[in-house]
Amino acid sequence: MTLIFWVIGGLFTVAALMALYRIIRGPSILDRVIASDVLLTTLTLVVGAEMVYNGHTRTIPVMLVLASTAIFATVAVARYVSKQDREAASDEAPSSVSSPVATSDSPVGPTTEGDRP
Amino acid sequence: MTGEDWLDLAAQICLLLGAFLSVAAGVGLLRFPDALSRLHAATKPQVLGLMFVVAAIALEARSFPTLLALAPVILFQVLTAPISAHMVARAGYRTGNFRKELLLVDELEDAVEKATRENGSSDIGQGRP
Repeated sequence: MTLIFWVIGGLFTVAALMALYRIIRGPSILDRVIASDVLLTTLTLVVGAEMVYNGHTRTIPVMLVLASTAIFATVAVARYVSKQDREAASDEAPSSVSSPVATSDSPVGPTTEGDRP
Repeated sequence: MTGEDWLDLAAQICLLLGAFLSVAAGVGLLRFPDALSRLHAATKPQVLGLMFVVAAIALEARSFPTLLALAPVILFQVLTAPISAHMVARAGYRTGNFRKELLLVDELEDAVEKATRENGSSDIGQGRP
C-alpha cells in the first residue's frame, strides 16, 4: 500500500525535475512557458495525490484555483512574444535613430488592436 | 478483499496513471525538438492526468458533495487549457519556433500567402490589414 505511493511520488518528482530542466535550458521563451505550465500541472496533480494519501478533501479549492488561473501567465507571455516579434520585424525598416521613440510608443498601438482574436 | 479495499486500489491505480502521464509530458519536454511538439506532449497531463487524479479523489472520498466540488476543477481546466495551448501554438508559429521539415501539411502558410496577396501585408491574425 505504501509502496505504490512511493512510486507515485517518484514519478511526480521525475516529471517536475524534467520540467524544471526545460525551464532552465529552454532555448526560447515559449519552451520555458510550456515547461512552467507542465510544472504547474504537476503541482496540481500532487495536491490531489496528497489528498488521496492523507484521506482528506480540504485542498480541493487550491486545485480549483490552480486549474482556473493557470491560463493567465501562459496567455500573457504568448501575447508578449507575438508583439515583440512583430515589433522587431516592423522596427527594422525605420532608421535606428527613431527606435527609442518607437519602443516607447509601441505598447500603446498593438494593445488596442491586439484585443481582437 | 472487501469492496472498500477495491475502491482504494482503483484510486491508487488512477493516481499511478496520472503520474505516468506527467512523466510522459516531462519526457516529451526533454526529447521533442521544437516548441509545437513540446506543446503536444505538455497538454497530455493537463486534461487526462487531472481527470485521473480527480477520479482518484472521488473514489477515495466516496461522498456526493466531494464529487460536486470536484466537478468545477475539471470544468475550468477543460475550458482554459485549449485557450492557453492555442495562444502558445499561435505565438510559436508566428515566431517561427518550429521545424518546417517535420510538418506534413501547413495550411496556415496558404492563409498567410492569401492575406499577403490581398492586403500587401503578412499580418494574419493580428487584425491589421
